Amino acid sequence: MEIWLLILLMALVTFGIRYALYAKANAITLPAKLEQALKFSAPCVLTAIWVPAVLMPQGELALTPQNPYLIGAVIALGIALWKRNILLTIVVSMSCFFVYKHLILV
Amino acid sequence: MNNNQANSKSPSQLFLKGVWDAAPLIIGGIPFGIIFGTLSLNAGLDIWQTVGLSSIVFAGSAQFVAIGMLAAGTSLGFIVAATLIVNLRHLIYAASMLPYVKHLPQRWRLPLGFLLIDEVYAATYPHHINNLKDKNNHWHYLGVGLAFYISWNIATLVGIFFGQAIPGIDTWGLDFAMSATFIGMVVPHLVNRPMIVAVLTSGLLAVLTFHWPHKIGLVLSSLTGMAIGYYLEQRMQGKK
Repeated sequence: MEIWLLILLMALVTFGIRYALYAKANAITLPAKLEQALKFSAPCVLTAIWVPAVLMPQGELALTPQNPYLIGAVIALGIALWKRNILLTIVVSMSCFFVYKHLILV
Repeated sequence: MNNNQANSKSPSQLFLKGVWDAAPLIIGGIPFGIIFGTLSLNAGLDIWQTVGLSSIVFAGSAQFVAIGMLAAGTSLGFIVAATLIVNLRHLIYAASMLPYVKHLPQRWRLPLGFLLIDEVYAATYPHHINNLKDKNNHWHYLGVGLAFYISWNIATLVGIFFGQAIPGIDTWGLDFAMSATFIGMVVPHLVNRPMIVAVLTSGLLAVLTFHWPHKIGLVLSSLTGMAIGYYLEQRMQGKK
């Protein structure tokens, strides 16, 4: 039962964040300073999630070629910087990741 | 020939274009949804609770954080707080979409708000700024959002059922899809020094604080990165 309460609260919090500004959309102008700082929010939060996910997939720092997440991420970064194309980044890096993890490392 | 007429697309055309534009991010989302369905059961949630998280909360990374914390026995209050922090970035998405939804009635703004996740924002925002004259852009937003919502929930179901049928699916490394998608979304932002330093700081701190309890490290890393980016940008503008 507590899990359902959690799901409900998570739903309220999540929807609240997304809808808060839309609710009063015609009456709201954000302070310019806040808008400038918030611009950094998505890239920073996303990076704070994916960097540990690829550098420490088992919870400990793994900076070795034995870590397929690290190899996959380096390839993803390379393609993203080079081509700036999300589809290409995802498809190529995922393919490389799976080939490396399941065929090369095994 | 009337140019305005020719440039203005119909709702169904824009909806389909939205579905099409969502496709690359859906490809990254599907493996992520499958692994979520699998891990959620492993973390002790039942099938309906797992379906509930994907369909009612609809927030990929927050869902992962929550089941991770549940598995570690974290109390409810901390998990809700972590959800708030992890999803706070959606505020900036709402802020930047504001000019394009403010003319819409609430019956549009409610579902569009619910659907505002990273991938939806990443796919529809560029369409909005590149087609300012089109009056039906909210159909594009809806197309992206529904396409992603439906595929996320199907992927979760696949994870729930195949996760049990195929032993070891959780060791395949499907979770790499999340990192690949996030890298693809972050890199286009790296266009100036404040942003690059902000992102590097955030990533480095996230590693150093990874073992701190209750995702405090994630929060602190993100906020520090944002503060440094903001400070550097102000200083750059001051010099001009």
